[in-house]
Amino acid sequence: MRSNSTSSFLLWTFPALSVLLAAFALPRPLSASLGGDATSVESDRAKMQASLQTTNKDRFTVHEMKSANNVTVREFVSPTGKVFGVAWQGPTRPDMQQLLGSYFDQFIQAAQKQKSQTKRRGQLSINEPGLVVHMSGHQRYFVGQAYIPQMLPSNVQAEEIR
Amino acid sequence: MIRFRSARLANSLLLPALSLTLLLSGCGGGASTSSTSGSGTGGSGSGGSGSSGGNVANVAINAGPSNVGTDLLYASVTICVPGSTTQCQTIDGLQVDTGSSGLRIVASAVTIPLTQQKDSSGNPIAECEEFADGETWGPVQIADVTIAGEKAASLPIQVIGSTAANVASVPQSCSNLGIINDDVNSLEANGILGVGNFIQDCGPSCAQPPNSGQNFGLYYNCGTNPCAITAEPVANQVANPVGFFATDNNGVIIQLPSLSAPAATLAGTLTFGIGTQSNNALSGQTVYTLDPNTGNISTTFKGTTFTNAAFLDSGSNGIYFLDATTTGMPVCTDASFFYCPASTQNFSATNTGANGATSTFNFSIGNADTLTNNTDSAIPNFGGPNPQTIDWGLPFFFGRTVYVAIAGKTAGSATGPYWAY
Repeated sequence: MRSNSTSSFLLWTFPALSVLLAAFALPRPLSASLGGDATSVESDRAKMQASLQTTNKDRFTVHEMKSANNVTVREFVSPTGKVFGVAWQGPTRPDMQQLLGSYFDQFIQAAQKQKSQTKRRGQLSINEPGLVVHMSGHQRYFVGQAYIPQMLPSNVQAEEIR
Repeated sequence: MIRFRSARLANSLLLPALSLTLLLSGCGGGASTSSTSGSGTGGSGSGGSGSSGGNVANVAINAGPSNVGTDLLYASVTICVPGSTTQCQTIDGLQVDTGSSGLRIVASAVTIPLTQQKDSSGNPIAECEEFADGETWGPVQIADVTIAGEKAASLPIQVIGSTAANVASVPQSCSNLGIINDDVNSLEANGILGVGNFIQDCGPSCAQPPNSGQNFGLYYNCGTNPCAITAEPVANQVANPVGFFATDNNGVIIQLPSLSAPAATLAGTLTFGIGTQSNNALSGQTVYTLDPNTGNISTTFKGTTFTNAAFLDSGSNGIYFLDATTTGMPVCTDASFFYCPASTQNFSATNTGANGATSTFNFSIGNADTLTNNTDSAIPNFGGPNPQTIDWGLPFFFGRTVYVAIAGKTAGSATGPYWAY
């Protein structure tokens, strides 16, 4: 795992150029997303071999990636450049280790805890002080969202992460 | 409070009596694992109490093989070594799941030597199957599968949590997708009987080259260590047994009685075929065809339509929908993933199929703490939040006859995939 400071610089400085760069980047493992800075968007895009579309909204930026196998991942970036939430939908689940990054281990532990201690089956709903994850769907259709409550920009509602 | 597993295990002294009661009452599936060798004709029994017809299997909600099942529906199947009539066993406690396709059985419950599926070079094939709450990992093996009087010969199934050489280790690309559910306790079942809307669990995407960007990455070649994602021909993929029955192969019907209060068990039927016999015709039910991209329908609730984001799923154990703000129901203080209204809340919703068929119905959500403050396994009005989809889980099936038609198959007056109720 390593970050690419050059693409980071470009992403920050020349959005249009960075999209070009993204289009030709080769798949390679880099640092991952949730809680990271916006440079991690590119590593997720590369891992998914996906197209990238960026939409600037008033309070946050949405980076939407769509892979050849129809998995859509949206990463929500705050004005300070941090990925505060991710959402996904598709016929298969994206690489959660890549998507959740340093929060993946917490996700796994919380998911196992929910499985072993509670009655909820067929859905996953993790609501911890530092991490919220919802996973739903069925075979050939998987959706989910994950966010860090403390990192939500003011005036952004969790429901918007979808 | 929501009953946690440890609290339930504290009642373990009661369990032998409970298990005996379940066996005597013939409610089927799962209070114990019964593995017997012998005849695999199987027509007389799913769930332990016989069947009312060759295309009808008895199913039941009960505590299941983990003794903690809540609103999980169990069936039993007989598996045989392909072509054998003597190397057979009946396995109960298999969760009936209309949200997936394919038979999956935990390795600890399998006592007969099933045939390992191999590629053309002789390498064993394994699968990482995704579910909404985790993955199952294990080899693809071949079995003759009999349920009630119906048989699927040489069916690829998944054996979960096998310790066999080459296929035991979960590849990182599988564990990166979420938690691995690999035993009776994590599944709360001896396996999963997926009788959903498709024949194969994956379909053409998994037959694409692994580096094409189009392969979902479910199937693995275990000729290497670790196993590596591979292209799996559609015909080799783990499949819905129903699609391979000689007759009655276009879908299933789940029928469960209504339930007004929690009960220890609830018995129902799983009928094979739609419009193929005198006992499985569509009779006035509305057919809701599924959106081909998502396998979903639409639900309108409180004036908002959730387009192609709703589904019926016997494998989910509650009605999971929306959030506390939208529904007006608080979540439980000890478990934010269930609703705990002070009194049972009554709602109405409208389901609409891709074909435009629509109908409005009533449903209720009760206080999950109160509903589960007992040893009962069949719980009405059980539900929780779920911000992105509307999941009409098993409580939706209570008091209904739900038809599940397989994609591409004519089933009565309509063609699958559809749900009808």
